[in-house]
Amino acid sequence: MNNHQSGDIKKTISGNRGLKIEEPLIFEQDNPGMSGVDIPDVKIETNRLGGLASDQKIGLPGLSESQIVRHYTRLSQKNYAIDAGIFPLGSCTMKHNPRLNEKMARLPGLVDLHPLQPISTIQGALAIIRQLSDWLQQLTGMAAVAMSPAAGAHGELCGMMAIQAALRDRNEKRNRVLVPESAHGTNPATASVCGFQVDSVPATPKGIMDIDIFRSKLGPDVAAIMITNPNTCGLFETDIVQIAKDIHEAGGYLYCDGANFNAIVGRVRPGDLGIDCMHINLHKTFSTPHGGGGPGSGPVVLADSLAPYAPLPLLSIRSGQFQLIEKGAKTKSLGRLKAFHGQMGMFIRALTYILSHGADGLWQVSGDAVLNANYIRASLEQDMSVAFPGYCMHEALFSDQFLAGTGVTTLDFAKALIDEGFHPMTVYFPLVVHGAMLIEPTETESLASLDQFIASMKGLAAQAKTGNWVNAFKQAPVFTPRRRLDETLAARQPILKWNPSDLKDKK
Amino acid sequence: MRYLPISENDRQKMLARIGVKSVDDLFSHIPADLRLKKPLDLPKHKGEIDVQRHLENLANQNIGAGKAFMFLGGGAYYHNIPAAVDYIIQRGEFLTSYTPYQPELAQGTLQYLFEFQTQVAMITGMEVANSSMYDGSTATVEAVMMACRITKRQEVVISANLHPHYAEVIETHAQFTGFRIRQIEGAVLGRKSEKLARYLDDQVSCVVVQTPDFFGNINDFTELAELCHKKGALLIVVVTEIISLGLLKSPGEMGADIVVGEGQSLGNPLSFGGPYVGLFATREKYIRQMPGRLVGQTVDADGCRSWVLTLSTREQHIRREKATSSICTNSGLCALAFTVHLSLLGEDGFRKLARLNHARASYLAKKLTGIRPLHLLNETFFNEFTVTLPKSAYDAVEHMARLGILGGVPINRFYNRQDTEFARSLLVCATEMNSEEDIDMFVKAMREHVYE
Repeated sequence: MNNHQSGDIKKTISGNRGLKIEEPLIFEQDNPGMSGVDIPDVKIETNRLGGLASDQKIGLPGLSESQIVRHYTRLSQKNYAIDAGIFPLGSCTMKHNPRLNEKMARLPGLVDLHPLQPISTIQGALAIIRQLSDWLQQLTGMAAVAMSPAAGAHGELCGMMAIQAALRDRNEKRNRVLVPESAHGTNPATASVCGFQVDSVPATPKGIMDIDIFRSKLGPDVAAIMITNPNTCGLFETDIVQIAKDIHEAGGYLYCDGANFNAIVGRVRPGDLGIDCMHINLHKTFSTPHGGGGPGSGPVVLADSLAPYAPLPLLSIRSGQFQLIEKGAKTKSLGRLKAFHGQMGMFIRALTYILSHGADGLWQVSGDAVLNANYIRASLEQDMSVAFPGYCMHEALFSDQFLAGTGVTTLDFAKALIDEGFHPMTVYFPLVVHGAMLIEPTETESLASLDQFIASMKGLAAQAKTGNWVNAFKQAPVFTPRRRLDETLAARQPILKWNPSDLKDKK
Repeated sequence: MRYLPISENDRQKMLARIGVKSVDDLFSHIPADLRLKKPLDLPKHKGEIDVQRHLENLANQNIGAGKAFMFLGGGAYYHNIPAAVDYIIQRGEFLTSYTPYQPELAQGTLQYLFEFQTQVAMITGMEVANSSMYDGSTATVEAVMMACRITKRQEVVISANLHPHYAEVIETHAQFTGFRIRQIEGAVLGRKSEKLARYLDDQVSCVVVQTPDFFGNINDFTELAELCHKKGALLIVVVTEIISLGLLKSPGEMGADIVVGEGQSLGNPLSFGGPYVGLFATREKYIRQMPGRLVGQTVDADGCRSWVLTLSTREQHIRREKATSSICTNSGLCALAFTVHLSLLGEDGFRKLARLNHARASYLAKKLTGIRPLHLLNETFFNEFTVTLPKSAYDAVEHMARLGILGGVPINRFYNRQDTEFARSLLVCATEMNSEEDIDMFVKAMREHVYE
């Protein structure tokens, strides 16, 4: 393993290494005048452009379809993906994305619907939104659901705006929001966008929020607490009902970050916990694809306390016909958060997933998600350092204690795992654990896949502990198309787009 | 259940290693009264055939562009999507990958996002672009908040010709996030002579304008940009029909400070309004105030050119409450569709597509104005424009829908206005998807309805 960059492997003439192909930027493959689309060349005869027609060169490269398909195919081969292996990123719920979902989102009559068609021509589309809403309400036990938020963080924004709107309706001004230390970064960021001051609440040695400190922070200026349940340590906040009671008695609201809903879907209803609102990441629990970072979809379920403030548009039924309420003059709605009606393509995929699973399948989803995580925790507890005692929910959290004194860091460990052929777990998050490694296998990993992953983790832990492999860990990864990147250089001298002048000095 | 690979036999082995008797035991730390004892009383799992039938039945209740002639615009446009686009975005390596936080395993995603950023900067005429936002409307409000951070001013001037949904999204944020919208004279339907410069003073952080605007007019903001800069305000230019940039002077050339747009027209289907892809471009000097993810060029340990997410110290996962935006997930796969489509078009294809759109819209305008009681409000347009009818625009649209023609968007779908001019105005659009024969049918139906 020390010799992987062995000197006697000769350099190739092309710079390629077998299936690792060097692919230039699309701009560097320009063949001026070429196009991958045949379009008739029409002349502009009328003068309707107000003298603003421009024939200045834009600089877009010209290529044929064959070259384009090859370019993106080659790029795709430089990516890791769920389709290729376990993707155990904690708090990201990288589960299998069923292909039926993709097929349904592309059905004629759905994919080719314009958002501003007459209501009479979109009754089926509105029925889909209603059916998904019904499922989400039933699964969460909540009074209403706002469908338009575009992703989880957008859902958080929706929830915090609803809380602001409710406070205004009560003629109260409260400017502090409590956020546990273990929260996702989007929680404090969202609270801050909405003009709140963020007040952090630490965790107990057991990994859940410290309820005594929480209580001591309550006061007439506290608008809400944003709590993730199960939390980002992979633990259920067992005091949640008491937390809800306390915050409500203090006149505040309980916002729940539903990023980890997969652990409890079909088994625990957030509505039974006293939650006022919660966003649901359809791209996590309900398997809509992550797509290299989106698009997401973040519907927000609302209790009676916040339901009147739901954003536009609203869906209603009048004499058997679905109607869209797009203007809010007579309602308490907080207003519009996004153009049109939400991430319809994601709704179709999520509904397809839910119908495929049914109530019984979803019960098994959360069960197996928790089973798989506990199997990893139990299998690795002798080799690595479990952050908190007891059973976990859908993700297992380890600290870097087992690496203490070895010279190997959490980052090195993650990079070595890449050479083993796995995407690493989430690292250095949550912040409450030193050198955190957060592993979420999801329910769609087989036992064989888990065992392979566990074997590599055990082996790497053993290698790290010998102290003989520090250099190899620091070098990793070596089998990827690119090795560790100079992130400091990227930030110090930002190059955010291709420049024609780069062509000559870089290969 | 076909997606769940743990067999009962596996489960027993796993439970034994964990040291519990049943899966339910793993939930036992959750107070018993909070746990359901059995699955909810809702439908059970279904096979592919049943699920597909259910969704097909719902899809069949709609009339989409496949079954009707589509003349709708207003921020979402019906364009051809080359077959290669959908193939590429469905490759599992793209579809089922995550945000590229581990760059060694995501050079594919990072490189296409870097190419996307370059293309967006090129067509908008700007220096830098991010790797996408949720959609055009949310990109617009992020631009407003960025302008307020840069100028440290809190007043915002919004053109009355901005897409009403976009304006509403800004209004929603204004209620809750601290900036204020300066009251200006309301929309003068379809006419572009808005004198926004008169609202400028040392309190105004930015002016938000659109071209082609909501009513379809093409606007030159060169003079407005200069006036904004004289007063220390930023000019934000919104583009909802990105194909127009293949034919028109770019917002960057006009002097825009931030250009935001809806990128749906390239590569992304209508899909009833989402998911789409927000474009966000600006000047280099403002990069540290930008929202969203940025991909930058760097080198790896062997000195090879590579790509990585950069300037993350702006972002929520590092900066938490001090981040420039709360955005996390963006529109990665829609950005891929956008960039593949634009790569397929290339310089020539992009220009030809823009010309073809304008030609079809010009043909539609010529034919519609042949109906005498019908009045074209625009002096200029790209591929959509506003017409006033001698009767209700809603009725016209319903009439044509019955004939299998989706014949435009009544302006009053967006406004609470009682005046006749609003009630009778219709926004219509023609793209490369509307042949001259289709346009003739639309015009015939319109003529019959008008003279009915």
